[in-house]
Amino acid sequence: MSKERIKIAEELYDIMPPEYQDLVKRATYGNETRGWKDIGTAKELIEEHSLCAGCPESMAFRYILASLPNPEDTVMVGSTGCTSLVFPHVAVHNIHSLFGNQNAIASGLKRALSVRFPDRTKDVVVLAGDGATVDIGLDMTLQAWFRQEKFTTICFDNELYANTGGQESGLMQKGFVAKMAPVGKSFEKVRLPEIARESGCHYVVQCTVSKPNLVEKIIKNAIYVAREIGPTYLQIYTPCILEIGKNSMEGLQEMRDSEKPTERFAFKEFVSEPAKELLAERAAKEKERKAEAKKQLAGQTA
Amino acid sequence: MTTSYKVMPGPEHFLPPSASSMGVRLPDPGQAHIHGTIVPEEEAMEQAARQFLSAKVPTIFPGPLVLWAWNEKAAKKAKAIRHLYETIKECVDSKIQQAMLIPMPDYRPKYPKINPEVEINPNHPNLTIWHNKIDACMFVGVHCHQANLSLKIIRGGTSCYTVAMCAQAGHEDAMLSFRDATAEKIDRLADWVKKLKGSVPPPD
Ligand SMILES: Cc1ncc(C[n+]2csc(CCOP(=O)(O)OP(=O)(O)O)c2C)c(N)n1
Ligand code: SF4
Ligand SMILES: [Mg+2]
Repeated sequence: MSKERIKIAEELYDIMPPEYQDLVKRATYGNETRGWKDIGTAKELIEEHSLCAGCPESMAFRYILASLPNPEDTVMVGSTGCTSLVFPHVAVHNIHSLFGNQNAIASGLKRALSVRFPDRTKDVVVLAGDGATVDIGLDMTLQAWFRQEKFTTICFDNELYANTGGQESGLMQKGFVAKMAPVGKSFEKVRLPEIARESGCHYVVQCTVSKPNLVEKIIKNAIYVAREIGPTYLQIYTPCILEIGKNSMEGLQEMRDSEKPTERFAFKEFVSEPAKELLAERAAKEKERKAEAKKQLAGQTA
Repeated sequence: MTTSYKVMPGPEHFLPPSASSMGVRLPDPGQAHIHGTIVPEEEAMEQAARQFLSAKVPTIFPGPLVLWAWNEKAAKKAKAIRHLYETIKECVDSKIQQAMLIPMPDYRPKYPKINPEVEINPNHPNLTIWHNKIDACMFVGVHCHQANLSLKIIRGGTSCYTVAMCAQAGHEDAMLSFRDATAEKIDRLADWVKKLKGSVPPPD
């Protein structure tokens, strides 16, 4: 679906519930400069979510959806887990894959879209939990990277299987005890960002969602690099406040505490040489665009 | 294959069988079905018009394929649907009958629940039927799977009469189904409603 098709039939406009009218009137489809700053002024692409109150995944969803550069031509691929309960409320095309299969589905989808729409930019973005990405779906995750499939993989890392009550995941910290992992994790948190780099990802970031402007930047970078060059990977800490015994208000602080330079979610970024070139080119163009806009504004006000 | 199974208003039971599994066949072009029996399309037009005119709350449920103007045909169908609704409204007795036009904007399961006054959802269409006391309805512009799901749930849990104005090969799970829907076909149904106005006994 591209922007021109997001139009309600005139004769039936008045019976459409207001949230759909708002999507057409006030959402930021087709606006290339869309970003997290639209939150609060434009219609968001997410309705009420179904996560626990205060779950940082909800913040992550809002920032990511506000930052997609091309939502009308983006297909997201999800997997089973807490995230999958949110996708029904998202106004971006999305596919729910069998648990763990997300990167295989996305590979086929991206290839099919390139054949079907050779002249149009179609972005594919996988969004799945750590269990889906690192444990049950690790084969699919890695094989897609080895094959240099051109899409972005986002992992919401909450360091356990939240949706099924707190089982151990490969991304769980060593020694951590969860409700359904009473013995404590016996091996280190899997270093997936490093594995992603070695497996051929051209842009890899590990961070939290404590800073919306950072989320916007990495989402855009990851999608632009995936479009032009090859696979990209974002590992984002979205703590499961329920499983670590925090209150609804404490998610943000938990992320801030865990992203300090000595902590396990310290910002980490790997960029391949071709990706560096592409991002530098884009940054230069963006600078030009802003200067031009400033000049025009000055002309208007003079 | 012949079958004794009839697709009738329910409540049939919690999980009614799909009509196709009971041997109900789909009509060929130019035909329709009523309760699973293949009939000429014109006969079904008359019967659907009679159902609307004799219902307390005759309702049209347009789905995403016609709510969104994603091509010219869809926009034309939307216009025809509005016309059909206005015609039904005009032709029923507003003191005892209330025509409704309620959208099925999408198929997602909504949390915590839908507002049955303003929409219908395929995961629990019975809520909208019950809330508005709808006794005859027509689906149009709903994708096949979601239409079948809705039609079965309605047949299972309510006594509402269901009509499908299907753009493909028809719906076995509706009590009456057209196939190959176009704007012209919907207009013809409106003409039938107009023609039969006053000749159908109103609901008690
Ligand atoms: C093939 C398959 N295996 C197992 C499950 C059960 N299951 C549902 S959610 C889940 C864990 C999800 O964990 P994660 O991917 O980390 O997502 P989270 O809920 O933590 O966001 C599992 C194992 C399933 N749905 N499908
Ligand atoms: S179980 Fe945890 S990850 Fe899932 S919605 Fe609740 S707080 Fe969020
Ligand atoms: Mg998890």
